[in-house]
Amino acid sequence: MSTPTQPVKKICLIVSRGSLDGVYPALIMANGARMEGIEASVFFTFFGLNALVDKTLDHLKVSTVGNSALNMAMPMLGLPMTMPFPTWMGAIPGVSAFATHLMNKEMDKLDIPPVREFLELISDSGGKLYACKLAMDMFKLKREDLCDRVDGVLTVGQFYEEAAGEGSHILFT
Amino acid sequence: MNKNLAGTDLDVNEEGYLTDMTQWTEAVAEAIAAEEGVGPLVEGHWKVIRYLREQQAKGAALTIRGMGKSGVVTTKELYDLFPGGPLKKSSKIAGIPKPVGCI
Repeated sequence: MSTPTQPVKKICLIVSRGSLDGVYPALIMANGARMEGIEASVFFTFFGLNALVDKTLDHLKVSTVGNSALNMAMPMLGLPMTMPFPTWMGAIPGVSAFATHLMNKEMDKLDIPPVREFLELISDSGGKLYACKLAMDMFKLKREDLCDRVDGVLTVGQFYEEAAGEGSHILFT
Repeated sequence: MNKNLAGTDLDVNEEGYLTDMTQWTEAVAEAIAAEEGVGPLVEGHWKVIRYLREQQAKGAALTIRGMGKSGVVTTKELYDLFPGGPLKKSSKIAGIPKPVGCI
């Protein structure tokens, strides 16, 4: 690859969902950025805070209700990806837990860490983890409810200040 | 491509990674490190470099998580030792191919 003239210097990711599949893409992107020498900040807002709350972050689930792409998980069971998985089946008790179990197992094989270890990895690599102040207030959360790797609770304005700089990009997930 | 570093003729790819890890010497490592803005190489660097070469010889896939769990170096130390792309830079200095994973 040729050397780009305007490299990405910093990536600021906003996590607004709190399911396992809602959180992982941003964690992978943040860690991947740090591995490339790119600065990374992750801002957790609304249900995304589920991944920062100490009591809940180890128990994130794959969302199966209303997920019309669950056929993609079929190969994890040795079944073809084209096999239909009607969305109503996602509401059957135990399906979300089972899908979560399957996905966690596959991710471990690929050396993708669990959420807590992933947050530690990003934090150790110099990436920043922030919680959204408004969402904290809405969900009646205090700083001490969050995992100790969180770098701060920011307002939207403070987040934009954090995101400032040439070659900085913001991504909503 | 050919490149001469530390008085040694080396086969490298277009990104400067050695294509034959047997051509690597410690002097070559020092020279690549200097080009990458890493170093001077101290024992912490060498530990990582030796570990990477062992893993590569075994054919193991290298990940940043695996490095942190190896007991050779912590994630923080790895980022401090090889700033600006720890796994990429350390692999280049160790004379092994660029890691291809996303983790």
